Amino acid sequence: MTYFIVQSLNGLFSAALLFLIASGLTLAFGVMRIVNIAHGSFYMLGVYVAYSVAARTSSLLAGALLAVLIVGAVGFLMQRLFLRRFASQPLPQMMMTMGFALFFRDAALMIWGGDPFTLATPRWLAGSMETGAIVFPWYRLFVIAVAALVGVGLWLINERTLIGARVRATVDDPEIAAATGINVTRLSGGVFAVGAALAAFGGVMGGPILGGYAGMDFDLLPLAFVVVIVGGMGSLKGALIGAIVVGMIDNFGKALVPELSYFTLFAPMVLMLALKPTGFYGRA
Amino acid sequence: MAGRNVSRPWRLPLVILLASFLLVGPPFLSAYWVGLLTQVVILGILAMSLDLLIGYTGLPSLGHAGFFGVAAYGVGVLSTTYHAGLWTSVAGGFAIGTGLAALFGLIVSHVRDVYFLMITMALGMVLWGLSFRWIPVTGGDNGISGIPRLETLLGLPASGPIPYYYVALAVFVLCSALMTMLVKSPFGLTLQGIREHEPRMRSLGFNTWLHGYVSYVCAGAFASIAGIMWAYYNGFVSPTYLDLTASSELFLMVTLGGPATLVGPVIGAGAIVILKNVISAYTARWLLILGIVYIVTILWAPQGLWNLGRERRS
Repeated sequence: MTYFIVQSLNGLFSAALLFLIASGLTLAFGVMRIVNIAHGSFYMLGVYVAYSVAARTSSLLAGALLAVLIVGAVGFLMQRLFLRRFASQPLPQMMMTMGFALFFRDAALMIWGGDPFTLATPRWLAGSMETGAIVFPWYRLFVIAVAALVGVGLWLINERTLIGARVRATVDDPEIAAATGINVTRLSGGVFAVGAALAAFGGVMGGPILGGYAGMDFDLLPLAFVVVIVGGMGSLKGALIGAIVVGMIDNFGKALVPELSYFTLFAPMVLMLALKPTGFYGRA
Repeated sequence: MAGRNVSRPWRLPLVILLASFLLVGPPFLSAYWVGLLTQVVILGILAMSLDLLIGYTGLPSLGHAGFFGVAAYGVGVLSTTYHAGLWTSVAGGFAIGTGLAALFGLIVSHVRDVYFLMITMALGMVLWGLSFRWIPVTGGDNGISGIPRLETLLGLPASGPIPYYYVALAVFVLCSALMTMLVKSPFGLTLQGIREHEPRMRSLGFNTWLHGYVSYVCAGAFASIAGIMWAYYNGFVSPTYLDLTASSELFLMVTLGGPATLVGPVIGAGAIVILKNVISAYTARWLLILGIVYIVTILWAPQGLWNLGRERRS
């Protein structure tokens, strides 16, 4: 039982990170119909920027803030200068992001080197919670709570504000949305930048546990894709459900049958595709 | 967008020039360049096989290197762990690559566009993960080395770079002929119809699912052939054969060269192989440059080099 609870909490921790990362991916997909291969790169850049900042200021908070700002700006510029030319052309957009993914991957290797590292856990979150036989690190609980807060924030913005209404309208039908006077281009830039910032934030939050290493961008990308496919592309709720499903399965899979971890991970995706190709909350 | 090359008189002379170079050039070149040309023709087969999907069927696969890699692993495992002979290994590699395509095809061929892209990518990552983690069979990160070189083939001596090059060239010619026949056949024309307007093809009575499926399996089969040739060329198999970088490099070969032309992807493969080796001699920053090549291609030659001079599709 203890084992089960601890593994579930670990699963929730993975789900929290996956939600932070996949929510940006799914929103960008919903608004721009873009498959962003560079999304894993945003996550990677987030960790590396935070690493550089934390090395100078020894503050994870400062690292997180700067990572979010810088990577958000990178995302904004990428959309503004490159992707915007290929609006509603999914294939050229995808290939463009693939070019950026390779570029960022090698640039990170050039700037930061290939040595793996972890970010320092903030001192006030060190140690573990101990309740009876259950021992669980405070930091992981903190990440779960932060992701939940971000989720609530995103949900409020999406459901209760004018911007959120515009985003939802664009996800439903970009052409009609544009016809009603929504500036889809500007909205796309904003959503893409926020998505990049969220991925970077996810990277920083995972930094003290998963750290940074060469190749982390392409390690994470398929996970984020599975979340989005299972949850349904363009849906925040779907990203949440997908993240929990994938986080849990990935964790229990890795714990129980480590050799088959990739299979246990992709099995739900295959099942989902066979039964409901648009995912839990996606639209055709 | 089926390419009639009336407006591009440079195409035919260029093909003749390149073909005659591939045929008579190698004996005059150094072993290094013969090796590169061998890579070009093998990856040319692979790029053409992906073109069947991307260019002709309109299915953007981002996991295509998977079949290439699995077939190469098949050859590697059979010929080292089980000491199987040449033809057993070749048949085994082909069977496992094609069989896998037949299996994956069941999963992927009822989705289209970006869904197809994401799913093939995810499946490609499964294969990569397997090659990386299933250490008892695949050797993990170290891969499998010591695949025996080709010594004789059909009673003829085939060892050394130049004979192997000609073996690869023969396979390349055979595969290109088969693929050309495929895309010109009624089946191939149906595929192009599906690419242009699937609902219309369906309402005309075509089983579009089956066409997509068969196209996917054929592409997997040709990719497997390329994988087998590559395993014998390198004598070594490792997870880098089927990772996402490999699949995206492959994707770039097709889009850089020009999709739905078959010739274009071969040119793309040649450009990438030569660029990669020339650049790698000067700098370790190959991926950085590849990324830039990607971006520049999309910006200035979105239809690929072989289609230059054609107005852009709206």
